[in-house]
Amino acid sequence: MASVKIQKKSTDTDMTPFVDIAFLILTFFIMATKFKPQEPVEAQIPSSVSSEELPENDAVMVLIDSTNRVFFSVLSEKDKTVPDQIITKVNELRSLNLTPAEIQNFRKTTAVGVPFSKLGALLDTDPMEQNAGAGQPGIPVLDSTDNQLQTWIRAAKEVYAGMGKGLKYLVKGDGAAKYPTIEAVISAFKKNDQMKFNLVTSLETAPPGSALDLLNRRLPVTDAK
Amino acid sequence: MASIDTGGGDSGKKGPGVKKAKKLSTRVDMTPMVDLGFLLITFFIFTATMSTPKAMNLLMPKDVNDPKKQNEAKESGALTIMLGKGDMIYYYFGQLKVDAGENNFKQTTFKGIRQIIIDKRKDVMSRYTPDADDSRCKDMQETAKKKGDPDWQNACLDKDFVVIIKPDPDSNYKNMVDILDEMTINQVKTYAIVQILPQEYDLIKATEQSSGIK
Repeated sequence: MASVKIQKKSTDTDMTPFVDIAFLILTFFIMATKFKPQEPVEAQIPSSVSSEELPENDAVMVLIDSTNRVFFSVLSEKDKTVPDQIITKVNELRSLNLTPAEIQNFRKTTAVGVPFSKLGALLDTDPMEQNAGAGQPGIPVLDSTDNQLQTWIRAAKEVYAGMGKGLKYLVKGDGAAKYPTIEAVISAFKKNDQMKFNLVTSLETAPPGSALDLLNRRLPVTDAK
Repeated sequence: MASIDTGGGDSGKKGPGVKKAKKLSTRVDMTPMVDLGFLLITFFIFTATMSTPKAMNLLMPKDVNDPKKQNEAKESGALTIMLGKGDMIYYYFGQLKVDAGENNFKQTTFKGIRQIIIDKRKDVMSRYTPDADDSRCKDMQETAKKKGDPDWQNACLDKDFVVIIKPDPDSNYKNMVDILDEMTINQVKTYAIVQILPQEYDLIKATEQSSGIK
């Protein structure tokens, strides 16, 4: 009987299209990735249905971590002189007697979380080392007679008013931060006659059937009077 | 391409003694390259910040010390929501009454509060009576129209509906954002964050103690 000869086929697959796709995806991710800006502390931000974009420039951010520490930072990627002006203003308002070198150092500082009494010492240390937020006690806000955040906001507000530019105020808080601290932060804004500010949240979708959901889909509320 | 066929076309005849060069395969093993590629992809997927944070607007009212200038909420349309420890919510309609006969201080959760807001809003809307001065009503309709609300004509039916939010010192930031979000979700037009009264805080603390909320 004649045996059927099975032709031996090579198991070698051509990997080229595979590589092509892999690198295509890789290129996409490299392009799409935006690295998180450095922050002194991690904050688990709460979610909301708000879908407004976060401003990245001309904004100041107040960060509240889970242990109720308050940090202040200036978001000004484009104009690096803004932080200098703000710290100079703070220096004037509080007569801190900071040295020019310390003032220069402020623009490299990601966030300040110390009382004014320790600000000089913080700005003396190398920015690469001070970024560890762990060592900073937070800006004192709970004492209503000396809410130091108020000075920071006032300085920022005056600097931006001097430049004739609009300034956005962001509050980024950890979900676990206690309300008295939040209230103190809000009152620091209020005392500067700054009634409008933004809370940083992550996006969540509107619950189906809710009034907002119907509005978004331009549907009338059927069972209303 | 990585695997180019180099075979064929070798027609030139060579004389005797000319050694035929050994043909080496030009096929490159792509496996390590693929490995590396996917390793990098994985890295970038993990580091990619796809969900960029969003901003939520918060507009606070100015502190007014003169009681005459303060905004008054109609009792029939007021819902006071207090935020307590352990993600609990306490609420009452109108004025707080905690007498033996009448007690309108109630407790709920973040899941339950939505229905309460919706019901109260409907209740306020059903009792709508037009004001003599309808300029405020016109404004509300105008705002709703701009937002693209198909129901804009009914926009001022809930003009008397006011939610007063009172976070207590034990509540956290997430509770506050959640309740503000609930206002947006239910399209509550008038709401305010107000400081909690000592009497209300005592009541919450007593409730928390009796129901063992930590």
